[in-house]
Amino acid sequence: MKIIGLIIAILTGVLLLSATADFPIFGDPDSPASTHLSPYYIEKTMEDTSVPNIVTAVLADYRGYDTMYETAVIFTAGLACFIILRIFVREEPGDRLYRHVLTGVTVRVKEGAKLPPSDDFERIDTMWTPPDLIIKTVCRLLIPFIQLFGLYVIAHGHHSPGGGFQGGVILGASIILLAISTDLRTAVQRMREKVDAILCPVGVIIYAGTGALCILFGFNFLDYSALAPLLHVDPITARSHGILIVEIGVGIAVMCTMIWIYNILSSGGKYDEGL
Amino acid sequence: MGDLLQIIVAKYNYWIYITLMMIGLYAMIGKNNLVKKIVGMSIFQTAIILFYVSIGVKKGATIPILEHGHGEHGHSAAALIVHAVDYVNPLPHVLMLTAIVVGVATLGVALALAIKVHNRFNTLEEDEILAQIREK
Amino acid sequence: MSQQYPALLIIVPLLSALLISITGWINKRLCFPIAVAALAVSAYSCIGLLLRVVDEGVIVYRLGGWDPPMGIAYYVDHLNALVLVVVSVVALINLIGSKKSIELEMPGKTAPFYALYVLQVTGLLGVVVTGDAFNLYVLLEITALSGYAMLAMGDDRAPLSTLNYLYIGTIGACFYLLGVGYLYIVTGSLNMVDIANILPPLYESKAVLAAFIICLVGVWLKMAFFPLHAWLPNAYTHAPSAASSLIAPLVTKVMIYVMIRLILTVFTPEFTFNILAISEPIVWLAVVAIFMGAILALAERNLKKMLTYIIVAEVGYMVGGAWLGNRLGMTGAILHIVNDALMTLCAFMVVSNVAYKLKGYAFDDLKGLFRKMPFTMGAFVVAALSMIGVPPTCGFFSKWYLISGAIQSGQYAFMVALLFSSLVNVVLFFRVIEICFYEPFSDHHGHGHDHHAEPMAEAPVSMLVPLYVVAGGLILVGIYTSDIVNYVIEFAIPKSIL
Repeated sequence: MKIIGLIIAILTGVLLLSATADFPIFGDPDSPASTHLSPYYIEKTMEDTSVPNIVTAVLADYRGYDTMYETAVIFTAGLACFIILRIFVREEPGDRLYRHVLTGVTVRVKEGAKLPPSDDFERIDTMWTPPDLIIKTVCRLLIPFIQLFGLYVIAHGHHSPGGGFQGGVILGASIILLAISTDLRTAVQRMREKVDAILCPVGVIIYAGTGALCILFGFNFLDYSALAPLLHVDPITARSHGILIVEIGVGIAVMCTMIWIYNILSSGGKYDEGL
Repeated sequence: MGDLLQIIVAKYNYWIYITLMMIGLYAMIGKNNLVKKIVGMSIFQTAIILFYVSIGVKKGATIPILEHGHGEHGHSAAALIVHAVDYVNPLPHVLMLTAIVVGVATLGVALALAIKVHNRFNTLEEDEILAQIREK
Repeated sequence: MSQQYPALLIIVPLLSALLISITGWINKRLCFPIAVAALAVSAYSCIGLLLRVVDEGVIVYRLGGWDPPMGIAYYVDHLNALVLVVVSVVALINLIGSKKSIELEMPGKTAPFYALYVLQVTGLLGVVVTGDAFNLYVLLEITALSGYAMLAMGDDRAPLSTLNYLYIGTIGACFYLLGVGYLYIVTGSLNMVDIANILPPLYESKAVLAAFIICLVGVWLKMAFFPLHAWLPNAYTHAPSAASSLIAPLVTKVMIYVMIRLILTVFTPEFTFNILAISEPIVWLAVVAIFMGAILALAERNLKKMLTYIIVAEVGYMVGGAWLGNRLGMTGAILHIVNDALMTLCAFMVVSNVAYKLKGYAFDDLKGLFRKMPFTMGAFVVAALSMIGVPPTCGFFSKWYLISGAIQSGQYAFMVALLFSSLVNVVLFFRVIEICFYEPFSDHHGHGHDHHAEPMAEAPVSMLVPLYVVAGGLILVGIYTSDIVNYVIEFAIPKSIL
């Protein structure tokens, strides 16, 4: 198998390399790729959509249809991980472990017995040492700022590098950081599985629904200028606003899917304490 | 020899991406461990992303975000004259955003499947798994 | 509203897939009706679109209102419209027919399964309808990811075979993406029609040649064309019935469509058949594919796995037909997309009925099946006749076109392969039917003579009715073949192919 792999890899490489003889050299401003479509995007974006970040404009407007499916791909991946791995285990009767939050002492509770309801104890699965105090505190302090930055990246995608995908990933990372620095149960308490799994399609619905709304106004799918009467602005600004709405949808979908996939993969589908 | 060197230097971006791609492809076909194959898959996809992004490069151009003053965005900004040569090609960047997302999605599903395989066979070495299947 | 058909046929399934995954957390019973309603609307739009295309010719739909090379556009011509109808109708019938089997095989996970099912259909429809080379890649990945998830829900070995499919599928999709990148670097465009307009002066370029080959290999990997077919039999055999009866008829056929689209629209027939002299070896590869598919099917003792090898052979039919380079061959290939989708659907629905009652489809399990499930086996006989190519069923007509095409272009090996494969199909299916006629041998032996009449245990009506709709469809499509060819396929093939 190794030799076959080597032969296939080399054959493909030679085929691809031989074609580069006809390619423009690296960074050539006169290459077809730079002279056919891209001048239109660079010169007309401001007129057409009033968005200075051309990448955002092309992503969410000129090729917005692609991006809608891109969001759908992410959602599909979340759903796929869910259906492949998630196991709904019924609680087996047996000993349970609890940990006293302040002292870190582990308590074993015999079958059938119950602890008095109190916030001082938290449920754990294995006899592991509690996470380091420094790491926990630093992450606690950092998470709000990370989330704020994520929101900024989504909102400022029109004017600077950023947008729904990047911001969504940063927001998702903040919750994943919580899950890593403490444990999965704590993170799931902040973001329940059901909420997460429902918000994920809601994000995509915001995107596709905005497009479908344009059909209802008699325009083509995803033609945001149809939203002008609804938003009380002129058609060009409506495109800019439409892009923002869509980016928010992308942000929600990406954030929730990242958390969903992490939770499922790290706990093997059981949603217990995770890594 | 000098000619060849010149070609390689002028088009080094393609050489880099093809080398990376070959490494990834070899790992996907030749490796025995299922997770190593997944790693190969990621390398392969990353190589393609590098290739696309390198298409968009333009000498002497800057990132594709237009300069604009604060009070004047909207209509008056359309009056600004923009030269295409000053900005790099935005299209490959857009396409690769999509490809990155697809790569992440595939990676997630592949890892989920690998975990499921590991739960069933307790190993990720392909030959050991096949031996277990044959034993039955 | 008919103006919006091209958008509706995609948007309605997409939105409802999202809706299903939300309602799955609230009320599981609503999921199935939503899925059926969405696919019904989608099928209605597809049929409406086909009728409009037959009336008016090519329909261009600009997404986001942008003109084609800048934005993404649909070009719906006769070829897409026909394949769209096939995809949406097959998906709808299969969904209705496999409700019980989904509930049996995946208790507790029906809601995400329905969502993935509808997403898969969305992806397939999107691949067929789009006119943008890169958009096709994105939709291909939706199809692939939802497919992996559904296939992995099968028996013990399903995750492993799906993981292998995932590796191969990713290589295939990435090769296609690379090919598109090569085209983009020399043309600067991603729109299929625009690329075709820019390409002619570049036909001699090595980059275009490499782009074509790499795209083609990518598509072949995804459609399981012979030397690249290794992932298909295991992935489909271990899958749950509902998933395999959706994916087996549609995914390979949609990939054939993509190949034909690349030949006809993006690279144009002049380039593929005249400038590149590679049709001869590819037809030979198809011949090998047909022979190997047939022989490997003969060696199988498991009904579902046997059918998967027949798919490998059928892929050979279509690739060979498309590469014959003449009108008859291309007509046969396109007609066979329709017919093979229906035949495979019929055969796999029979398998899912059998799996519903028997929990196994190895040949030894099938004994006495005619007495046990007479109606299901009746439909199986129709599917078998069609796969063999017996006249009133549709399988005969596409094979007829393919064979005439082979004779016209002098590819006698391809003709022999087609005849050989029909012969092997006769052996294969009559062997199965023979086994099903015999009484279970072990019963006579073990229990004496008081156990001779096994009670009839037919699959539920909700599974039988869709099965008979498909079986009837096989004969109807056969009878109306000339209409399909004269009104639709005739216009789908450019005039330059004689």
